[in-house]
Amino acid sequence: MSDSTNLLASFDYLDDVVDAIGELRKAGFSNDLTAYVSYPDHHIEHAMGYDQSPVRVFTLVGGLTGTATGFAFPSFASMDWPLITGGKPILSIPAYVIPAFELTVLFGALSTVIGLFVLSRLPNPKPSVIYDPEFSSGRYGLLVRASGRADEARSILQKYQPAELREGSDA
Amino acid sequence: MATITESQRRGALTHPDIERHEEVNRDILNMLSRPGKGWWALLGLCVLGIGVFFTSWGWQIYRGIGVSGLTSPVGWGAYITTFVFWVGIAHSGTLISAILFLFRAPWRQSVYRAAEAMTVFGVMTAGLFPLIHVGRVWHAYWLIPYPNQRFLWPNFRSPLVWDVFAVTTYFTVSAVFFYLGTIPDVAAARDASTGLRKKLYSVVAMGWRGTDREWHHFGKAYIFLAGLATPLVLSVHSVVSWDFAMGIVPGWHATIFAPYFVAGAIFSGVAMVITLAVPLRKVFKLEAYLTIKHFDALSKLILLTSLIVLYAYLTEFFMAWYSGEPPEKQMFWNRLFGDYWWATWTMLVCNGFVPIMLWFKRVRHSIPALFVVSIFINIGMWFERYVIIVTSLSHEYEPFAWGMYRPSIVEMGILVGSFAWFGFWFLIFTRMLPPVAIAELKEVVAPRMRKNETKSVEA
Repeated sequence: MSDSTNLLASFDYLDDVVDAIGELRKAGFSNDLTAYVSYPDHHIEHAMGYDQSPVRVFTLVGGLTGTATGFAFPSFASMDWPLITGGKPILSIPAYVIPAFELTVLFGALSTVIGLFVLSRLPNPKPSVIYDPEFSSGRYGLLVRASGRADEARSILQKYQPAELREGSDA
Repeated sequence: MATITESQRRGALTHPDIERHEEVNRDILNMLSRPGKGWWALLGLCVLGIGVFFTSWGWQIYRGIGVSGLTSPVGWGAYITTFVFWVGIAHSGTLISAILFLFRAPWRQSVYRAAEAMTVFGVMTAGLFPLIHVGRVWHAYWLIPYPNQRFLWPNFRSPLVWDVFAVTTYFTVSAVFFYLGTIPDVAAARDASTGLRKKLYSVVAMGWRGTDREWHHFGKAYIFLAGLATPLVLSVHSVVSWDFAMGIVPGWHATIFAPYFVAGAIFSGVAMVITLAVPLRKVFKLEAYLTIKHFDALSKLILLTSLIVLYAYLTEFFMAWYSGEPPEKQMFWNRLFGDYWWATWTMLVCNGFVPIMLWFKRVRHSIPALFVVSIFINIGMWFERYVIIVTSLSHEYEPFAWGMYRPSIVEMGILVGSFAWFGFWFLIFTRMLPPVAIAELKEVVAPRMRKNETKSVEA
């Protein structure tokens, strides 16, 4: 995007930022918005119009891989050197339920974390330049990447009386 | 559109003195400021204890496992007792962070970070004990499932191999869960700090900005991790209990062991949370965050689990009598009136009778009383494992194989040192990471709304 003016508004009130998001989305800025919050707030999440997070696919695939590994690995190991202990069958499936369960949890948890990192683009060594440390404390931030429509976005933001409105062009 | 949610309404009841989100950041991040003399004194004590720990262990490595009291017939003694003790301590952290998260218990926010740290450090401490116990620690890698020189694999039907899977999974998952939960708070600490600390926190926070996209996926990932950690925590102590219950030793071979151990683990862990939370609250002046209501909720959890544990004790005695099996009957008679009667009675008094005091609201609402009760439970739960392990092994089927076990000074040194090792990490944690979850606390503090402030305050 060439002419990209970024508007960063910080709000003191939650309802202001939620309403501002709503109006900006109606005005067609849906894909140009980033909200900053210091805690998980579902009002903002609703306002941004999120659907299901694909993290769940990572959890499912990871978990199932773990289950499969947890059964396959002990089975392979038992058959690699068949040795009867305690008069039990070489392939003692009930006993392998435990490694299978533990690996389900282990692989599921790790792939959930990988999913989170991939989807939310973490680690992020070069986070956006315009940011306000206040966003991790008490204020709500709203960044609009208003390419070419800066005036329109600015007038909408101003309607909700932001505590501060900054402009900058992010590379 | 934006309204105050149910959890925020209830949060306003548990935290009446917190009004604004900025206050949470200020109060919690203040805890990370320059430590006082008391902290340094405690840290010094812990370093000393770690010295005792490694000296004792070093001596054992140099001289061999014979310097411990372990010998036939009691091959499992204080080390395995302490291993089970620390794994148990770890459990309540995951209970509070994962299970109560799924149940949406509104009081968990203040205690969960400290409890979760306790989990990670508890498993870290517990994990040392199998290594100490195997004696020749340089062979500890044999625990890892790989084929040896003769291409013989470990026996996957053995509960000891299950335990390796359970404990390593538990450590990995709880450490990941703990780290993930701290990321937003470390980002807050980064934004409020300068210099070297800012650099360190920037690395740990990994560029977290608190954007809507980050929170959206974070929230979902957190729920899934909690969902995975919940069955995990129940499985870990079940597997630990099967280390015993799978063996045909009188006093061990019982089907109630898994639920009995899980309840006992949560019981001891919640007691440890109180033991740690009381000084934490005092030193950091967290009265607005850790209120009497929190301690009340924790003591009710102790009360519930103590009843389960007492019920399990009584069931064991009943089953021994009802089975009509002479070794089993004699085992339990021996526990109460035999050589180790003092350990059994310590266990029964500390875990069965002392918690009865928590039926009284006055005790539940008195911080010093709760602190004392929690210490009793910590002692009692160590003795519970001691009783289960030592009395059973010292008195199996054949009278010629009976024997006595007494922990040696080396084992005592390692036991005491393990508390120092745990305390060391916990002390470092209270100064390096926000010990109370900032972001989660804000979820229960009502956000500022323009419409509430302009139209005067409603509700």
